Amino acid sequence: MRIDLEPRAGRSLALDIGAPAGALAFAILLGGIVVWLLGKSPAQAFMVYFVQPLMEGWSLQEVAVKACPLVLIAVGLSFCYRANVWNIGAEGQFVIGGLCGGWLGVVTHGGAGQGAIGGWWIVPAMLLLGALGGALYAMLPALLRVWLGVSEILTSLMLVYIAELGLDYLVRGALRDPKGFNFPQSVTFDDAARLPFLAEGERLHAGVALALLAVAAAAFVFARSRFGFEVRLVGEAPRAARFAGFSDARLTIAVFAISGALAGLAGICEVSGQIGQLVPTISPGYGFTAIIVAFLGRLSPFGILLAGLVLALTYIGGEAAQVALKLPNDMTRAFQGILLMCVLMADAAARYKIRLVSGSGA
Amino acid sequence: MSPQVFELVLLTIVTASMPLMIAALGELVAERAGVLNLGVEGMMIMGAAIGFAAAYLSGSPFIGALAGIAAGMAMAALFGLLTIGLAINQVAAGLALTIFGVGLSGLLGSDFVGLKREGSPHLYVPGLSDLPLIGKLVFGEDGFVYAGFLLVALAALFLGRSRAGLALRAVGDNPHSAHALGLPVRRTRFLAVLFGGACAGLAGAYLSLAYTPFWSPGMTAGRGWIALALVVFASWRPWRVVLGALLFGGATVLQLHAQAASLGLPGQLMSAVPYLATILALMALSAGTRRNAAAPAALGQTFVAPR
Repeated sequence: MRIDLEPRAGRSLALDIGAPAGALAFAILLGGIVVWLLGKSPAQAFMVYFVQPLMEGWSLQEVAVKACPLVLIAVGLSFCYRANVWNIGAEGQFVIGGLCGGWLGVVTHGGAGQGAIGGWWIVPAMLLLGALGGALYAMLPALLRVWLGVSEILTSLMLVYIAELGLDYLVRGALRDPKGFNFPQSVTFDDAARLPFLAEGERLHAGVALALLAVAAAAFVFARSRFGFEVRLVGEAPRAARFAGFSDARLTIAVFAISGALAGLAGICEVSGQIGQLVPTISPGYGFTAIIVAFLGRLSPFGILLAGLVLALTYIGGEAAQVALKLPNDMTRAFQGILLMCVLMADAAARYKIRLVSGSGA
Repeated sequence: MSPQVFELVLLTIVTASMPLMIAALGELVAERAGVLNLGVEGMMIMGAAIGFAAAYLSGSPFIGALAGIAAGMAMAALFGLLTIGLAINQVAAGLALTIFGVGLSGLLGSDFVGLKREGSPHLYVPGLSDLPLIGKLVFGEDGFVYAGFLLVALAALFLGRSRAGLALRAVGDNPHSAHALGLPVRRTRFLAVLFGGACAGLAGAYLSLAYTPFWSPGMTAGRGWIALALVVFASWRPWRVVLGALLFGGATVLQLHAQAASLGLPGQLMSAVPYLATILALMALSAGTRRNAAAPAALGQTFVAPR
């Protein structure tokens, strides 16, 4: 038996929206089968994962807060992936961003540096440091690729491990809270170093607004700017882009800088908005989940916004399922992998007519 | 250093490099056919989980190894369906495979966390295995090591000296010409990917059956990614994979010894050595040769048969 692929003539809007939606439905079905094989009730799991978090105000806010880093990172990744540049190390850029920005939160602890001018400058400076740190860290794989032709896939991934170990080292050493009974964590930040909440007494922090801003900005860049056109052209028709005189090297560096900066920004938003101090592990794999978000959102900013909410739901639901159903956390991971595969298959179905042909063949 | 200690260090280097060597060899064959499978880590960890479970339940490391191979192949078949059957981007599909494999292995292996079994038996040839310095090194390894070197030799012969190997390389360098010549491009690629999965599964099984006597979630710890880098490091030549794997195995062992000797260097820095070494090795290699001259020309490109 073999599979025949026949390119479809054009792309239709129905397919563009239907394909990811179908993929999500199919992935939920497959996930249900896995849950059933584990001896739990798929219906109950579906309720816990996908319905209950949407029923209450506070958990809706939790979903939005979890979606914030995913959307920020994925918007950046969409620049890379559209240009056929494979930054898979956003997790490392996230960690470095959180570390660089968080450093300022540590050194300004207890009112230091706030004296006469006050603490108003700390949060903006932290965000800036976070974005800068992420962008600079992303320069390593970008420059190695441009200068030496080293595969950015492998270097960006190796740098994830190195970033995590670096954070671990500093939180246990130089940045550890001296009065923290040797716990591997930094001091808790002053209020001046915490991202403000969007409304009094709520969970939504200013990072959520930044994520929305990033979505809008990216949508504008892709639709209206020369740079956005360049990114799309290099990805879709590299030969044409070369004839047009667009520089591969410059673009590689630019998209790495954008995605690194956004991942770093996501990192510092998480540290300053959610955690409030530096700890050895600041990410439950946001940088990798954001890759799924980028593809589920079909590399378009608004699609990514929706996809980020969906994947955030799996995190929140996964936590609830651990408690309510004793489903291990790996279930969330496995489901995310299944989802990405379904999304990619749906993409193929939107691009080709797929036919199963009996008999053997090439 | 006494000869005994020296031999012991060499033995641990061989042990540490084996999973890298076997996984990299499989990936090398797949890449020579033009398929870049970033799912090595996922296939490997499934091999480790399934291999341990099967060995624990059956009591036989041989059955465990076979089960690990089967798990790796099943994952590879899934990858082949996506990238070869449906012409899906290989990078994205490979990442999906790794994410899926890490999650699924955690689910399937959760019942086996904390269980122990005995290590795999080592070869013992009376007389020869007792030779000083090289005895254990040459005549006293476990079965995986001999299987690994046999695989390298066979792959080198296959790729360099056989007609089918020539066809496989043609498919990897220019699938369109190969197709025009009547070579079965997609079947060749699928088989190469399956071989890669089998090797990754075996490498994973080695980790949970011989390298350590237990299974723990995430135990591959990036070895699948290092294996991917090794293929580049080896310029896509089987015997150079052996050299590269021994170098990396050496770096790992050195790091463990340095940690034990407490040189005052932070443990995290030592743990970062394999990853730093990977980046440095890729840099050195790229600086030394013409840009990707050795890579299969059509590596990573999907192939859709013209109609």
